[in-house]
Amino acid sequence: MDFASSERAGAQPKEITSAKIVVAGGFGVGKTTLVGAVSEIEPLTTEAVMTSAGQGVDDASKVPGKGTTTVAMDFGRITMADDLILYLFGTPGQTRFWFMWDELIRGAVGAAVLVDTRRIADAFAPLDYFENRHLPYLVALNCFDGAPRYEPDEVREALAIPPHVPLVMCDARHRDSVKQVLVAVVEHAMATLISEQGGYPAPVG
Amino acid sequence: MGQPQDPRGNLVRPYAVTRGRTEPRRDIPIEAVLVASQAGLQEARFAGHDKYRIAVLCEAKAQSLAELSALTRLPLGVARVLVADMVADGLLSLHSAAPKTGFSERMNLLERVLSGLRKL
Repeated sequence: MDFASSERAGAQPKEITSAKIVVAGGFGVGKTTLVGAVSEIEPLTTEAVMTSAGQGVDDASKVPGKGTTTVAMDFGRITMADDLILYLFGTPGQTRFWFMWDELIRGAVGAAVLVDTRRIADAFAPLDYFENRHLPYLVALNCFDGAPRYEPDEVREALAIPPHVPLVMCDARHRDSVKQVLVAVVEHAMATLISEQGGYPAPVG
Repeated sequence: MGQPQDPRGNLVRPYAVTRGRTEPRRDIPIEAVLVASQAGLQEARFAGHDKYRIAVLCEAKAQSLAELSALTRLPLGVARVLVADMVADGLLSLHSAAPKTGFSERMNLLERVLSGLRKL
């Protein structure tokens, strides 16, 4: 942390805090659209290289020819203050890359599981994943044009969403709608933190 | 800068820039933010092409490990090895690497994020 050597006059060295929210869901459910609706940058993609053994992220080592695959994650950024940045990370679409999800949720504020009502079954695997993790999450129903409309209670029942998990409706293309989803994630994270502090620990898998 | 096709195949290539090392000197979260000072940038001129590119990005604006990986088109694990080296060598400063664990610390962060979102 050698800020003293900074030659920039007036640049007050300040510890910058970054936070992240994870946007999960099946392939093509609109995760990148959601991220792009609020991000100050065009969503970027970072890639991790892994072996087919499914362990050792980026451990391509000297495997010749085959046996490795690339996992891509899209993300966006919201600079909230000169010392606070929020990152939004979309999970890889393929659920076999669970280990990558583990890296993504580490230290996250919370998560939103995005659900497409036309392909509700795609949400089972992501929901199972969060059910067994110690991270506050909510379910966001992405209401596409022409998609079947369900009552929130119907969806909650169909997906067996536990009562303590909030369910919100959204349109991943619209900034205000996405903003409300993110606000709900953070509010839920705060409520969870407070209830833990009060001696009512959230269920841990 | 284009990426010429490596005759050995692009599976070996990623870690060529780290001379085959796949373990970073320290763990760096994907969202941790890195900053380069002017002095760090000058020094990075002699640290090799990829490290210099990273320093240029971090001098212009605070960047997360994820952004550095995406903007340099280096796989995440490769970028992490390079960035960890640069932090150890004093070319970059690492921010917010320590997880927030205390109640008030976490609550304070959540409150700040919430207020930032509401202002969007």
